[in-house]
Amino acid sequence: MDVELRRDPERLLEQIEEEERRKKRGRLKIFLGYASGVGKSAKMLAEGLRRRERGEDVVVGAIQPKSSPEIERLVSQYEIIPTLKIRDRDVIDIERLLRRHPQVVVIDGLAYTNPPGSRQAERWQEIEELLRSGISVITSVNLYYIRELQDEAAAITGKRPPETVPLEFLKNADDIEVVDAPAQESLSKLREMALLVAAEVVENELRCYLHAHCIEEIWGTQERILVGITPRSDARPILESGRRNADRFHGELVAAYVRQSNLSPEDESALENNLAIAREIGATIKVLEGERDPAKALVTFARETGITQIFIGHSMRKGWWQQFRGNPVDRIIDLAEGIDVRVFPQRTGA
Amino acid sequence: VKEPQTQRRGRLKVFLSYAAGAGKTFRMLEEVQELKKQGADIVVGYFEPHGRKDTIEKTEGLEIIPRRTIEYRGCAFEEMDTEAILRRAPKICAVDEFPHTNVPGAERSKRWEDVMVLLDAGIDVMTTMNLQHLESLNDEVWQISGIRVRETVPDWVIKQADEVVMVDVTPEALINRLRRGVVYAPDKASRALENFFKEQTLTALRELALRQAAHELDVRLKDERPADRILIHITDEPTAAMLLRRGRRVADYLRAECFAIYVSPRPELSDLPQSTRESVERHLNFARNLHIETRILHGQNAAETLVDFAHRHQITQIFLTRSHGTHFKVVPARTLVSQVLRLAQDIQVTVVAERKKQTGFSDVLAG
Repeated sequence: MDVELRRDPERLLEQIEEEERRKKRGRLKIFLGYASGVGKSAKMLAEGLRRRERGEDVVVGAIQPKSSPEIERLVSQYEIIPTLKIRDRDVIDIERLLRRHPQVVVIDGLAYTNPPGSRQAERWQEIEELLRSGISVITSVNLYYIRELQDEAAAITGKRPPETVPLEFLKNADDIEVVDAPAQESLSKLREMALLVAAEVVENELRCYLHAHCIEEIWGTQERILVGITPRSDARPILESGRRNADRFHGELVAAYVRQSNLSPEDESALENNLAIAREIGATIKVLEGERDPAKALVTFARETGITQIFIGHSMRKGWWQQFRGNPVDRIIDLAEGIDVRVFPQRTGA
Repeated sequence: VKEPQTQRRGRLKVFLSYAAGAGKTFRMLEEVQELKKQGADIVVGYFEPHGRKDTIEKTEGLEIIPRRTIEYRGCAFEEMDTEAILRRAPKICAVDEFPHTNVPGAERSKRWEDVMVLLDAGIDVMTTMNLQHLESLNDEVWQISGIRVRETVPDWVIKQADEVVMVDVTPEALINRLRRGVVYAPDKASRALENFFKEQTLTALRELALRQAAHELDVRLKDERPADRILIHITDEPTAAMLLRRGRRVADYLRAECFAIYVSPRPELSDLPQSTRESVERHLNFARNLHIETRILHGQNAAETLVDFAHRHQITQIFLTRSHGTHFKVVPARTLVSQVLRLAQDIQVTVVAERKKQTGFSDVLAG
C-alpha cells in the first residue's frame, strides 16, 4: 500500500493547532469493566499511585461509597479533595479542584448524575471541564452505563441504571483499558461488548495518531464491507448478506453506487428501491462519481476508506457497466488489490 | 493418537494479550497463588522468568515441576517435562507460553500439544498466549508489524479453551515498562523498541487482539447449526496458505463448515512433479491442521471440477485466489476466476486478495 506524506500548508497549520489544543488539554484514561467487582477501581487507584511515584501531582476527586478493604488501603495513600453535599448526595468539588489544579485527578465512577443545583448535570461533563482546564483524569466505568449499549446490556443483566454516559465520551478518551475477568456464561456477551468498545477506542486512537503523522490510507483491523449497487442488481440478498457478515465481524457496512446520467425511469425507480433497501438494513450510503469507469470509481473509494471486502452481484457482468471497460466484475477483481471480492448469484433475468 | 479417555477432560483457561510484558504470566501466577491459598492441588508446569523480578516473586512458595533437558546438536535445551507432570498428576497446572515450539527430540513438537496431553489426563491447565500467534491472524499481524510469526497455534485449539481472559494494557504503559527494563534486558529492549514495540504497531495489534478476544467469547455463546458451507480451492502456489487462513477465519465468524480442495491434473499425486507434490501436500497438511476437511479431486479443468463438487455438496461459498496453480498454465492467468464465475452463477464466489504489508507502520515512521 502506498503511503503518501501530505504536506500541504493548510493541513500542517491545522495539525499544529490540533496539537496545541491537545497539549493544553488534560488526558483522559478510562478503565472499562463489564460488571462491578472485576477490579476496575483497584487498577485505577494503583495507576494513580504509580503516576505519583513518577513525580506527578495526583489527587482523588471522588470515590465510591461502598468499598473493600483493598480499595480503602489504596485510597488512604492519596490526597483527597472532599466532595460537596448537595441534597444529601456527593458531588465533586470542581471549583476546589480547579483552584488546587493538580496534574491528575482520580475519579471513581464515571457514570453519576448530580442532584439539581449542581454545577453540571452529569459527572462526565465535570470531567470534560477538568480536561479542558488542562487537568488529566483517570476514571472507571461499567459497560451497562454506556447509553448506546443500555438496551443490549439490560437484556442480559435485567438492570437499567438511570445514570448514563454517552459512547462518544468514551471514544474520545486518550486511553482505555479493559478490565476483563472470567464470568459465568450469561455475562460473556457483556465481556464481548466491553472488548469491542475498547477496540473502537483503540482504532480511534490509531487513526488520530496516523492522522497527526500525515499518514492516511492505513486502517485498523476492523472488517469493512462495501456493497456495490446498480439499478439492475438484485440488491436485497447481497445487502442482507453484507449486514449479516458485518454483524458477525462486528464491522461496518457501506453501500455505494456510481452515479449515471440518463437513467431510464424504470432504472431510476429500481435504483431508488435498492437504495431504500440499503437504508432499511442500516448501511451507510455513498454516491460516487466516475461514470466513465465505474469499476475504478468503486475500487478507489474502497481503497480510500479501508474496505476489506467488496460484495457485488453477477448481474454487473451484463448491462450498463458492460459498455465501458468490458466485464466490470472481472475489472473490479483485477483492480481490487488487497481487497477480497465476493460475487453473488443473481436472479436470472436480473 | 490418544486412546479415548473415560475420565473427565481437564479444563483449559487461556490468558490472552498482544505483546510480551503485558502481564499475562503475572496475572496467571496471581491466580495460582490465590488457588493455592484456597487449598487447590496446583503446580507450575512451565514458567519463563525472562528475568522479570515482579513475576519471579509471584512464584514464591509454588511447586514448580523441574524442566527436562534435551540435547540437540550438542546443545542442551530445557523444555516442559510433561511426563513428570503426568506422574505428579496435580489437579491444576499452570503452563507459560502456550505457542512455544519444542526442540527437535521432544515427544511433541508444540507446547500446546503437551497441554492437550495434560488435559486428556484430566488435569486443568491455565496458560498464556499473545493473540498474534493465532494461525488465522498471521497475515494481518504481518501486515501490521512486518513480522511473520512462526510459532502459531491453530484456531481450533483456542476454541477448545473453556475460559479466555484478556489481559489488557495500553501501549504507552508497555513501552514504559520496556524502557524501565522490566520486560527485557537493556540490549534486547532497545531492539524491541525499534521494531515490534513501536507505539502505532502495538496500537494496531492491540485492536486486533481486543476484537479477536471478543470473537473468542462470542463463539462460546452461540451454538447454531452452520448455514454456510465454504469451499477453498488450494493450489501448489504460496498464496494457498493465506487463502486457507482467510477462509478459515471467515468460516469461524460465520460458523460455517469448511472444506479445502486440490484439483490434480493426474490421477495420483505421486505422478506430479516433486516440487508441486510437496507444495500441495504441505498445503493439504496445513488445511488439516486448521481442521479443514480436505479432498483431492482429479480433473483436467480445475474450474469445472471445483464447481461440480460445489454443486454436489451444497457449497454456498467458493474461496479462491487469482493464481491457479502451476499445472493449469494452459489457461491464461485470471481465467480460472472467470470460469468459476461463469459456471457457478448460483454460488457466492470470493476472490481473496493477497495481503500487502502496511508499510506505514514500520517503514515510513521509522524515518
